[in-house]
Parts: sequence; C-alpha cells; structure tokens
Amino acid sequence: MLSRIRKLREAGVVGINARNHSYVMPNNPRRMYKYVDDKVLTKQLAEKANIAVPRLYGLITTIHDSDSITKIIGDKKDFVIKPAHGSGGKGILVIENRRKDLFIKPNGTAISNKLVKHHVENILGGVYSLGGQPDQAIIEYRVKFDPVFDSISYQGVPDIRMLIYKGIPAMAMLRLPTQQSDGKANLHQGAVGVGIHLTTGITTLAVCKDRRIAEHPDFGSKLSDIQIPGWQNLLLLSARCYELAPLGYLGVDIVLDAELGPLMLELNARPGLAIQIANGRGLQHRLDAIDNITALPSNAEERIEIVKLISEH
Amino acid sequence: MRDLNVKIFCMLLVCTSLGLMYAKVKTLGLPLVPDQVSSIWIVEARVEFDGLGRSALVNLDIPDKLGNFLKLDEFFISRNYGLNVTNNKKDRRAEWSIRNAKGKQRLYYRIEVVPEEVTEKTSSKKHKLPAIPLKPEYEEPLASAIEDTLGKVRSESANTFTFVSQLLVQLNAPSPNKNVLVIQEGFTPGTEQWVKRIIYVLHGAKITSRLIRGISLVEGTTDAKLISWLEIHNGQHWEGFDPLSGNKGYPPNFLRWSVGDFPVLNIEGGVNEHISFSLSERPFSMEEISQGRAEKKQSILNAWSLHKLPLATQNVYKILLMIPLGALVVVLMRTFVGVACFGTFMSVLIALAFRETELLYGILLFCLITGAGLTFRFLLERLNLILVPRLSAVLVMVVILMLGISFLSHELDIDRGISIALFPIVILTMVIERMSITWEESGSFEAIKEGFGSLVIAVIGYFVMTNDQLEYLMFSFPELLLLILAICILAGRYTGYRLSEVIRFKDLANEEIKDVESNSKTS
Repeated sequence: MLSRIRKLREAGVVGINARNHSYVMPNNPRRMYKYVDDKVLTKQLAEKANIAVPRLYGLITTIHDSDSITKIIGDKKDFVIKPAHGSGGKGILVIENRRKDLFIKPNGTAISNKLVKHHVENILGGVYSLGGQPDQAIIEYRVKFDPVFDSISYQGVPDIRMLIYKGIPAMAMLRLPTQQSDGKANLHQGAVGVGIHLTTGITTLAVCKDRRIAEHPDFGSKLSDIQIPGWQNLLLLSARCYELAPLGYLGVDIVLDAELGPLMLELNARPGLAIQIANGRGLQHRLDAIDNITALPSNAEERIEIVKLISEH
Repeated sequence: MRDLNVKIFCMLLVCTSLGLMYAKVKTLGLPLVPDQVSSIWIVEARVEFDGLGRSALVNLDIPDKLGNFLKLDEFFISRNYGLNVTNNKKDRRAEWSIRNAKGKQRLYYRIEVVPEEVTEKTSSKKHKLPAIPLKPEYEEPLASAIEDTLGKVRSESANTFTFVSQLLVQLNAPSPNKNVLVIQEGFTPGTEQWVKRIIYVLHGAKITSRLIRGISLVEGTTDAKLISWLEIHNGQHWEGFDPLSGNKGYPPNFLRWSVGDFPVLNIEGGVNEHISFSLSERPFSMEEISQGRAEKKQSILNAWSLHKLPLATQNVYKILLMIPLGALVVVLMRTFVGVACFGTFMSVLIALAFRETELLYGILLFCLITGAGLTFRFLLERLNLILVPRLSAVLVMVVILMLGISFLSHELDIDRGISIALFPIVILTMVIERMSITWEESGSFEAIKEGFGSLVIAVIGYFVMTNDQLEYLMFSFPELLLLILAICILAGRYTGYRLSEVIRFKDLANEEIKDVESNSKTS
C-alpha cells in the first residue's frame, strides 16, 4: 500500500485533492467559470476570437421567437438543434438532410417542420435542462466526423480532450464511445480513453473503466499507433482557448470535422484525471516543468513550441 | 509561509480546545465518560430538646473542613428560630436562638456533599504548626503506669506515627498488662471518653493529638453515629488513627464533622437534648455534580456551559452539536478515503433521518423508497415534465409509499411504522432527485455508486452521531468544535492521494514509463 503511494508519487500522478488544491483553485478564478459553463457564451466568444467551433447558426431564447427557426435554418441541408444547458446528450436533434418539407434524421426517419418547431419549444420549456429552468435552443453546424475513428468508435461522437496548463497543452486523450457508454464519450460511463503522444499525435495506451486495455471492447480493433490528422492545428487550437477563457487549468474538448478540421466543442474548468491513466503517466512532472518556465509566451504558436520541451517529462 | 500560518492557526485551535477541556476535567471534575454515577450524600442532624418556656440557645458544631468531601449545599431548618453561623479558626458553629421555647423542640441541619479528592497537605502548610502540648502532671499510680508504657513503646518505635500505633496496640490489648489496666480504669475503649484518655496519655509523650468526630458514609445506612477518632500531628501533617486498633487512617468515606473535644451540641435553656444523624444517598450523574461544583467554585469555565441553557434549547443543541461531527465524517470519507456521494452534506441529512428510524429500518426504508421513487421518477421522465412539478410528483409518490408502509406495518403489528411518519421525506425526495440527475449525467453505474457511497457515509455518520460517549463529550465540552474546525482546515489543505485513487491509479504505479515511451516511438 505505502509502496504504491510512493510509486504513484514518483510517477507524478496527480490526485483529486492535489488537482483541486494546487491547480484548480489557484489558477481558475471563480468569476471565469461563466465563460466555460455557459456554452452559448463560450461559442460566441470563440467565434469572435476566430477559434474554430461548430458554427452557431442561431439562438432561440424565448417561445415567442420559436418561429424564427425557419429563418435560421433557411435552406441549410443539415444542422443540429440542442439545448444550451442540456446534459448527457439529451434533447439533441440532428438533421442530416432535407427532402421537400421533411427533415431527415441520421437513422433515416423523416420528421416534419412542425415537429422540429415542437422540439425547439420543448427545449425552451426546460424539458431537457437539468434545472428545469427555461432553456435556450442552439442551432448549429452539424459536425461531419472525420472517418479516421470510424473503426474504433461505437456510434456517438469521439472527441479529443486536451489538458491545457497555463496555455500550454500538457496532455491529450482521445475519447471513444462504446456500447457500454451508450454512445457517449464519457469515461465514467465506460467510454474508452486513449492516450496521445503529445508531440506526434499518435495514440499510445488505452484505458476503459480505469483499467488498461489494448483493443476496443466493441470492435476488438487496435487502439494504439493511430495518427490523429492535423495534430499541429489541434495543438494550436487548444492552446488558443486559453486566451478565450484564461483558466490556468483548462480542459478543451475538440472534435475532428472531415472538412473543417479540429473544432472546439466545449471547455471544462475542472478536467478529470483519467487522462493520466490513458497516457500511462502522471501529470505532475509536466505541470512542474511548465511552472518552471519563467516567462510563458503570450503567443499561442510559441506556446505550443514548449510542448516539445515538456513532453519528455 | 501561508502554509505555516495555517498550521500555527490550527495548532492554536487544537491547543485552545484541548486546553479548555483539560481545565474543565481538572478543576470541575467533569468526567470524560458519560453516565458515571456518583452519589450525593445528604447528612441530616436532628437536634431535639424540651423547652423550658424561656429563651433557648442552641449551639451546634457544623462541618467546616469535610475531609474528602465537597459541600454542595447546606440547609438550616428551624421554625421561629433566629440563626447565626459563626466561623472560628477551629470550627464552625450554628447558633439558633429563640425567645420562648416551650415543649418539644426540633431543629435540623442538613448538608449535601459529594466525594472529592482533597490535597490537604498543601493547605495545611499555610497554617501554623499546632503547639506542642505540655506534659501533664499525672497522679500516681497513673504517672508511673504512663511512664512505663510510654517508655516501653518508645523503645519499640521509630517515629511519631509508629509510636502512636504501638501505644494504641498496647492500650487496647485484649489481655492488658498491669500498667494498661491502670490507664484504662474508669474508661471503656471505643467511647469518646476513651479517645480523650488516649490524648491525655499522648500528652505525656509531648505528641500533638486531637479528637475529631465524623460520620462514615456507608451505602445503605440511614442511621448514622458520630465516630470519635484520633488525629496525630507528626510535625508536618495530621494523620488519623483508629483509637481501637491503632491502624493509621480514617473510617471509610469519613465525613469530618467537628474537630476538638468541645461538645458538638450545647443547649442553654433546654433539657433532654438529643442529637441524631440520618444519612441518605442520592445517585447523581457526574455532570450534575460537576455543575454544582462549578457553581460552588465560581469557575469562569462554567460561564460557557450548555447546562445553563433552558432544557428545550439544550435538547436541540444535543443534536445540533453532533452535526459538525457528521460533517467531519463526510470530510474524512471524501478527502482521505474518496467515497463518492451525493451533494456535500446529503449523507449527514440521511444520517439524521436514521436517528429517527433506527439504523436497520432506516437502511431498509432508504433502499425501498429510493428504489421505488427512482422507478417512478423514470416513469415520469417519459411524460417530459419540467423540474418542479416532477419533483413534487416524486414527493407525493414518496408520501404514498410511506403511507403504504405504515398501513402494512400496522397490519403486521410492527410499531415501527409510526416512526416512519417522522422520517424526513424531503431528504428522501432530494436523494431521489439527486440520484436521477446523476443517473442521467453520468450513467447508472455512477448513480448507484454514489448512492451506495452516500449510504455508507450516512451509516458511519449515524454511528458517530448517535454515539452516547461522543454526544456527551460534545455537549460537555463544546470547545471540541474548535478541534473539528482545525481538522477541517487541515483536511482542506491535504493534497495527497485518496485511498480510492490508490486503487484507481493502480496501473500507473505498476507501469514503467519507459515502456510507454518506446511504444510510441516505434510507431
């Protein structure tokens, strides 16, 4: 027991107490949380700062405005409608295509204009929001997932979690939905986490339910040695999010779009620690290395150069 | 630096808390364990005499230095009499006076005492040494009998105490020799006169001695007698001797009533005077006694005593003071063990609810109602209700469930059902709501894990919060709150691993990082 604690300390594994006390509390001022917690605000700020996000087509805030959905959609062939404060993927309506007056969902079924509007009204009424408070409906770009993960992802949306410490990417992990996680990229629910080599963007180790695995539990396909396309772009995008929300200890969730490349999905003010297991290494040494750099550059391009220095730790 | 400040601050809190506690234990004798029952002894002296139809003056020796007892209270019960209590250096006397005493007169003096260790040696140091008695001029044949006896005993003893001891053995020998017979003449061993006779003999050896009277407080006795005892001063302190056996010490539980051979009772203007003592014992918890003690001693420590509050308020605080302990359990379980649970203090609330239902039924109810409520909650989910009406619907359902349980238990003649009504339903409803939210956000596994974690913490919290010993400690020593505060502050700065993380990160401890490195470089 004690020897394991010592080994963990040597490996620089950060525990929740240390994360909260040494990283989240001193680096993430409470007043900044709103940039992260409010998805609409995050998106609007990102668009203003020219950070690639799934484009916001429109926002409906009151039932009164729900008619404006037709105007927002216009003649767009595909889009997503989702609640601003939803959770667990509830209330997300994905429209892949349109045929005459009908909207086609990914599973091929078609719904009418009226049903789409009804869905918006449900969102506004707070049906999908946890607090039950009236919510806002977001209409945004439908991400066309990069096929690179098709063989290792069970339905849902695979995404990349970047851990940004003081603006510098410190660790990265690919999150793959499984059958057990019900198509959600949530590690708590059984999604697979795959460590990514920070400088190369090549996957290394994988973890599921906190335990080491080598193959995807649903497909049996190999999870290591996959090159994530456009890795440098991805690093840069994630590093720039620090300018958007100046949280020292920041989680950035990124999806890969087949056409647009990496897009920032959302930010997290208290990213979890499973990323360490997926990468087979503790965070501490890298965070210490960043702490030891006296003058951190304000330019994101320069900041991602530092990644090369710290990735050896 | 900041870290050091915090540590110093916590250190101060701990010291204050434990210091106050120590002072209370030491000076007030507040016990650390509850239900330590001790006795309050009530000794009553009853004075009776026949009045002569004129003014009467009753002079009664009343206890001053009690020996190993502490006086809690005393009462003088005397109808129509004027009372005057005089304090001399040697003794304390009550003087009752009346202008016209006719017929049977009865006066009472009552004292309530509790046992207490007295460090008499320190107090006697301040006093002047008693004067060494002059050698009396004995008459013959007493003179030579005493000389012979003392001389013989002196050769067989080392110091004052052994001398006295030896002498007493000689004087009380079952087959007394010629000299002793002379000394004993006219006296019966065991009477007060006998003790006076011994003192008279001891004066011949220039040994300071005195007669004391007292009562042996023995359980189960109601009629008490004043016992005459011998006390010898060896130049440093007084020591008691059994005037019959010569053994050093006092009778068991000896309450000293008077010192010196002055009569205990003295009545002017009355005849047929009689004094009798009665004894009763009242069990008292140590808390109450120390309360009395604190009031007697006018201790400032007592200023912060919860016993001073009205009883109803006290009862509230008995529970309220346990809540920080419950919170402490949550802190320890979350920060050091890493048990996942709902909310911050949901577990404390559940534990409080368990207080009302008793543990086993509490757990059973918790599982039953949460399970059923959760099922119902997911049925409601399909109706796409918004939060508040949904929560209310769950609440209604919980009440219906409890109604059902109550009816059922009534039918089955289990009286447990009645206490269910008091089971805080709101807490259960909140648990159900929290659990379903977690279920949606993080999945069933997480929800059940956190539910189970909350239950585990609640059970531990229940045991802590219903522990009689702890409840007593918290109530008697509220300064322990500072100790809890210190622990909370220190726990808030703990950055080490949680027990659960040692298991969670097991793979990281066992893996060699180099393997990972080579793995990624070969690709």
